Amino acid sequence: MEGYFLALANAIDGSLQAGERYTASFEAEQTDFVRMNRGKVRQSGTVAQRYIAVQLIRGQRHAKHVISLTGDAEPDCDAIRAVVAGLRGTLPELADDPLLLLPADVKSTRAVRGGPLPPSEQIIGDVLAAAHGTDLVGIYAGGPIWRGFANSEGQRNWHETTTFNLDWSLYYRADKAVKSGCAGFAWDGAALERKMSDARERLALISRPAKSLAPGKYRAYLAPSAVEEIARLLCWGGFSGRALATQQSSLARMQSGEALDARVTLSEDTASGVAPAFQAEGFARPAGVDLVHRGALVGSLVSPRTASEFGLPENGANGDEVPESLSMAGGTLAEKDALAALGTGLHIGNLHYLNYSDRPACRITGMTRFATFWVDEGRIVAPIDVLRFDDSVYRLLGSNLEALTTETELLLDSETYQSRKLTSVTLPGALVREMSFTL
Amino acid sequence: MPDADRLTLSDLPRLDDVDFWSLRFVEEHCETFAVRKNVAMPFVACTDRGAMATVYVDGGYGYAATGDVSTAGLREALERAAQWASSTAKLALFDSRTLPRPAPCGEYVSPSVADRIPSRREWYELLAEESAQAGCDPRIVDWEAAVDVVTATHRLVTSTGGDVVQRYRFLLPGMAVTAHAEGVTQVRTLNGYRGPCQQGGPEVLARFAFVGGGRRIAQEALELLSAPNCPSGKMDVLLAPDQMILQIHESIGHPLELDRILGDERNFAGTSFVTPDMFGSYRYGSELLNVTFDPTRPEELASYAYDDDGTRAERVHLIRAGILVRPLGGAISQARAGLAGVANSRAASWNRPPIDRMANLNLEPGDATLEEMIAGIERGVLMETNSSWSIDDSRNKFQFGCERGQVIENGKVGAVVKNPNYRGISANFWRSLKRVGNTETLQVLGTPHCGKGEPSQAIRVGHATPACVFGNVDVFGGES
Repeated sequence: MEGYFLALANAIDGSLQAGERYTASFEAEQTDFVRMNRGKVRQSGTVAQRYIAVQLIRGQRHAKHVISLTGDAEPDCDAIRAVVAGLRGTLPELADDPLLLLPADVKSTRAVRGGPLPPSEQIIGDVLAAAHGTDLVGIYAGGPIWRGFANSEGQRNWHETTTFNLDWSLYYRADKAVKSGCAGFAWDGAALERKMSDARERLALISRPAKSLAPGKYRAYLAPSAVEEIARLLCWGGFSGRALATQQSSLARMQSGEALDARVTLSEDTASGVAPAFQAEGFARPAGVDLVHRGALVGSLVSPRTASEFGLPENGANGDEVPESLSMAGGTLAEKDALAALGTGLHIGNLHYLNYSDRPACRITGMTRFATFWVDEGRIVAPIDVLRFDDSVYRLLGSNLEALTTETELLLDSETYQSRKLTSVTLPGALVREMSFTL
Repeated sequence: MPDADRLTLSDLPRLDDVDFWSLRFVEEHCETFAVRKNVAMPFVACTDRGAMATVYVDGGYGYAATGDVSTAGLREALERAAQWASSTAKLALFDSRTLPRPAPCGEYVSPSVADRIPSRREWYELLAEESAQAGCDPRIVDWEAAVDVVTATHRLVTSTGGDVVQRYRFLLPGMAVTAHAEGVTQVRTLNGYRGPCQQGGPEVLARFAFVGGGRRIAQEALELLSAPNCPSGKMDVLLAPDQMILQIHESIGHPLELDRILGDERNFAGTSFVTPDMFGSYRYGSELLNVTFDPTRPEELASYAYDDDGTRAERVHLIRAGILVRPLGGAISQARAGLAGVANSRAASWNRPPIDRMANLNLEPGDATLEEMIAGIERGVLMETNSSWSIDDSRNKFQFGCERGQVIENGKVGAVVKNPNYRGISANFWRSLKRVGNTETLQVLGTPHCGKGEPSQAIRVGHATPACVFGNVDVFGGES
């Protein structure tokens, strides 16, 4: 695939006329998807997709055309030459772009990780055998993912990774279930057995009679997978340099004194994630970008365009300025002690469908989901019926934060809108002395 | 390489020794124009072309998607799909031999698809003018006017002789402004993010008063800066169509999706409080509630003649006089559940398999004028334009927020209020429907980004709805 991409880049090089420059961003994958329901296969298939985004630049004018590719170099090179010619015809219709910023240096990189995986049919056989007798629902997605970048200055970046993500739940009945998953670079049948065994144990807890709680304020322990939902909501514009500069970020008030608890430290930790070390416009992504240090906002994600607009230094952010490898530092509470530290309250395994109820105040709402339990004196008593919370992050991770777990968990993104993702979060669990539930 | 709709059937590979196969071609071309803070944003075009092969073998179901629509590429995809069907047949959730094997023939064309649309230069001039009008005050800190123009050809060919070609043009305008002063930030959009999206041409802009919209929403955002928070308490709400679409979408559309009811979505998008035994008898809402699946309204975003499994699309009532009568389920889900459904098996593109989606889901108009609805409210809030949405995985406990509210007291509209929110439970909420607006209050809106599915899919859906009044709703404002 790398040779094919380089051939495409050479075709663009050969199509340029005097005074023209280009960037080209390549995204491709060959993915087996197997969807499961009730311990059976619902839909199985393979998707082979390849896209290239060609940006033609002349002076301060530029235009981009994204096309799908066949995978056959000869017709694809012809298609790319036609795209370059089309963009050349478009440029006179456009105005100069005062915010255009291109990489000043050539920084070529190459990274290859993971694979090969066993045949997907074999993996699914293992999964369904391990889940025998249970109501398993979920999806397996596995195979190679490729990202590439090229430009007229000779920069070439290549990121190739073969991963799998098995994201699943075991259901007891209705909305009572336990959520689990395995993801990584090499299939590990023993790890699946351990995860399944753990899920079966929790399923026994879920099958106890459920407790209905009245709205109110409760102590709560949020497992890393629940903290993940909060973190992903904050990623929606929260750390964006552009959103902060225009007061649209949910964390904008941290620019004028609002703070999180001093134990909260957040960074874009590219070095520890699975995302490429380059972004789609060819800028290198640093190993780390500090965002929140000891509760104070200390940085933001700045795309090249935002850098031009607001006079900020770019730091390799993507165009949406969304973290791809957000990491929160761990605290001092051992995970094994979390239930005891909680005492009496809610052990929240997962949250669901979060959104802002007052974005400038960073007040958020969402639902409990999957394995969420009532805990009494450090012992799990019963699953609870789903509850809606509505509370401010400045309280949850600020004035009401009691502890963060020492251990952090790397959670690979299992969403597959348009393509499989190379994003992840690394997060601890969080103990909060009070969380507000409204419905 | 010929375009999908010019491929002749004799060019296509054949697959023997299988029960059924289909090839679904998708070609889409999109151009995005945007002007933000009076600067033209980078021009982006996208051309996406590929095919999905689906095969039934020995009771199994398999698919394979490829961007290579050459004869060799299609053959390879069909063979991979057959391999999947065969290898998973013994593990399959249902027997594909029990599924219908459609042979649809027909075509569909969006309204005014042949009419001229503005040139790129004209688009930029139009958007630049709206941007200039929106950036009218130093307190307006960010603003943008944009439009996506999408043309698409979808073709479905089946081993049973089916051949359907559907040609679309979608127009997706959008406009947003952000106002900020003294620590307060307020956002106003033109009917929500890409809410005024329809099939057709420039006439879509006129339906939403796009020209002049920049100045209008900027003034409303400025007004919100000094507005008080929405009051709290139990009261009536009058929901404008650009909030009603969200209410319909989340608390009627998703819970009625038959694949959710059958459990397919439980690991991701969620399940449903609706169960199969409810159809035909369950009181979903008050007698004023009439909801249709209507793929026949020409300008609506998700109108079509056939769904992606080849089922002929027709207008059908899902809820009639408040009683739940039919789910949103395509041919495969219907066969699994033993329930009649609709033609809503749809895929986001060539690289995703069809699943049950909403398409056009409409709330039928009643007889109340806007003035009559306001006059009938003793204490309440008029809420416009969704800004926040959250609902549980059974689609029951919800909380929604809007961009703009206006207090209603003793039958008269009063002060503007900011951060209007309300919460409720779907199973109760629709029974509190008190008044349904007439056709004068109706708008045809939609969203290009309805998400669900494993693998995940974001798809275009349309919603046509009048304004409606609900009684005894739990209303509240923002953080004090």
